[in-house]
Amino acid sequence: MAKVCSTLVEALADIDDGMTIMIGGFGGSGAPIELIHALIDHGAKDLTVINNNAGNGHVGIAAMIEHGMVRKMICSFPRSADPRAFTQLYLAGGIELELVPQGTLAERIRAGGAGIPAFYTPTGFGTQLAQGKPVAEFDSKSYVQERWLKADIALIKAEQADRAGNLTYRMAARNFNPLMAMAAQTTIVQATEIVEKGGIDPERVITPGIFVDRLVQIADPVQEEALNREDARYERAAQ
Amino acid sequence: MTSQLDSIKLSNAQIAWRAAQDIEDGAYVNLGIGFPELIARFQSDDKDVTYHTENGVLGFGEAPEEGEEDWDLINAGKKAVTLREGASFFHHADSFAMVRGGHLDLAVLGAYQVAENGDLANWSTGKGGVPAVGGAMDLVHGAKRMAVVTDHVTKKGDPKLVETCTMPLTGLACVTRIYTSLAVVDVVDARFVLREKLDTIPFDDLQALTGAKLHIDGSIAALQVPTL
Repeated sequence: MAKVCSTLVEALADIDDGMTIMIGGFGGSGAPIELIHALIDHGAKDLTVINNNAGNGHVGIAAMIEHGMVRKMICSFPRSADPRAFTQLYLAGGIELELVPQGTLAERIRAGGAGIPAFYTPTGFGTQLAQGKPVAEFDSKSYVQERWLKADIALIKAEQADRAGNLTYRMAARNFNPLMAMAAQTTIVQATEIVEKGGIDPERVITPGIFVDRLVQIADPVQEEALNREDARYERAAQ
Repeated sequence: MTSQLDSIKLSNAQIAWRAAQDIEDGAYVNLGIGFPELIARFQSDDKDVTYHTENGVLGFGEAPEEGEEDWDLINAGKKAVTLREGASFFHHADSFAMVRGGHLDLAVLGAYQVAENGDLANWSTGKGGVPAVGGAMDLVHGAKRMAVVTDHVTKKGDPKLVETCTMPLTGLACVTRIYTSLAVVDVVDARFVLREKLDTIPFDDLQALTGAKLHIDGSIAALQVPTL
């Protein structure tokens, strides 16, 4: 059963160095910025981060990278309007990159949450990104075997949550969030609003509460895009 | 040849206009980031076309007014968009099920190189830097028609339509039609078939700017576009 936490610190309490962390969002939409910044304050390091991108500007995942917390990125598109945080460290050999086609990334995460250890996809067949992976022919077409992705922690941004952990999302902020919520050992959600059980019509639930472990309410979440337009830079809070 | 070429070749907007003419009424379409996105601008109002974006929207429309952006409503290029009536939201796995599952009628992407067998190279020049692929490798599989919009040659004048791609591949044997700055070319049975060309370029000159043989199957139509 999902537990409602009163603070971000409580929600992130047992994250350890070396963990694999899925972070929802596509660019800034659906990015749980408050959870990410609280994780920077928490200070975990040597992390593997799974996200579609690799940060933009000096906030969110880019700020995690600038704080030296990320050992490896698993993503499809490590470029953005301002990708310097990742680019500089990558070109200096300071961060690993596993580049995954976007649909394969989504399906690997879905498979991780669904207990499917591997699947075959046409995506990437015959390309550099399929090198070393098993291939097979089905109905005279060739496919690449891809493996599931799982994580220790998922950081998720939702619109509404109820105390049972059921979630809704806002417009295109849904993106990777429902998939990642399924694929982690511990799924931590920031929701704009937390309502009582029964407060969300079961017909409207996108992520059922069984996938959710912790909830924290962030009533007025910031948008990465808005922060970047102000040239914001997130610095770790003094302990 | 290059400066002469510059005076006759189509602009990106004109290539996009030509590609837009082939989009069927009722089609579900994904337009790649950048140049292909221009195509939506030339979609005629008498066709009902639904645009798909990888990050989970079907039925998005043009950009909102400055200051009216909602950053939870963006496209794959991370640009703010608006919704049309009948739009829907879905998560990323469903979005790519639409792509790989053969549900899109058309995907249009840019290209570094297209080979005569339909191989496409458009994600990496292979020269180092930070590699990024996004959804390109997924998008080339599954759409019923997979078109490319591109200049006919590179800035240096090298052919972009080639016998074999030398740059890293995005997908094998996936391209069905190429709209270039000089011609419209189909990939049929692993060869280029010339469908349309500008009247202002003789066939032999066009062939000289193409890295593989241009086959002729029936008549070659005039590639005609408005001044834009």
